[in-house]
Amino acid sequence: MVNLIDSVQSAQLRRDLPDFSPGDTVRVYVKVVEAGRERIQAFEGTVIGRHGGGLDETFTVRKISDGVGVERTFPLHSPRIDRLEVVREGRVRRAKLYYLRQRTGKAARIQEKRRV
Amino acid sequence: MPKGILGKKIGMTQVFDETGVAIPVTVIEAGPCPVVQQKTEQTDGYTALQLGFGETNERRVTKPLKGHFARAGVKPVRWVREIRCAPEELKEVGSVVTADIFKPGDAVDVTGLSKGKGFAGVIKRWKFNRGPMSHGSMYHRRTGSLGATDPARVFKNRKMPGRMGHERVTAQNLKVIKVDPEQNLILVRGAVPGVNGSLVIIKESVKA
Repeated sequence: MVNLIDSVQSAQLRRDLPDFSPGDTVRVYVKVVEAGRERIQAFEGTVIGRHGGGLDETFTVRKISDGVGVERTFPLHSPRIDRLEVVREGRVRRAKLYYLRQRTGKAARIQEKRRV
Repeated sequence: MPKGILGKKIGMTQVFDETGVAIPVTVIEAGPCPVVQQKTEQTDGYTALQLGFGETNERRVTKPLKGHFARAGVKPVRWVREIRCAPEELKEVGSVVTADIFKPGDAVDVTGLSKGKGFAGVIKRWKFNRGPMSHGSMYHRRTGSLGATDPARVFKNRKMPGRMGHERVTAQNLKVIKVDPEQNLILVRGAVPGVNGSLVIIKESVKA
């Protein structure tokens, strides 16, 4: 029974996106339709969490735009996402970085992950 | 061709449409349904097709039903239900109805047996409002007044606590999103009554 649902979902899963985790800085290229024309818009910021699993998985990206915090949640497998780049990997100790909302400036920085 | 088929509710998921919008869908395994019997005006006073659906253990089938299936030349099935149709839409006994009688964009009504909720209070069962939970209130989720004192009785159909759910429910005018004839799957927009794995009857919408 469950594998019938899997068969519906598997065709829609996107396996082309790179791995990323909370704390990473990513650039999401989103397809937007404006005045009947489709163009690609980039949204760059810190991943503050990934939610759900399978086809329903979403992730939230936070950035500071003109001094105002902006968060966008994308469905991970949405065809609206053209592509995704990991700009920087961050070292964090929890899965949901909601504490960043209370912090500004220097305090809101995330240490870069050290590669061995 | 009668526009109706029996199916099993598999569960819910979502699909993305061309514009990238996620649509909530219920996956239904529909058919193949063999025609077990024809009901006709002369013999029964109405016309309908008796359809069968679902695998079953041969030992579980009663002897009368076994004979009924044998006469139709059909392998015993788990569920047998009738779909009303016009006399000219009748199909031969033994022929098979499959999921491809529906196509994406069709409007359908889906009937099932709703989930049982047990003995439920008036807030859950009839959408009453609850009282304040604090500030000294002692009236939280109670039924309240049953009516005026003058008639000296409670009128019929007064909404009160009781058994809720586990009844026949029809979800009307649902849109068919996708049909997969190979796997006998029909994807319908929105929710459908019943637990996963239960029988559902899909019919052409009466509102369409």
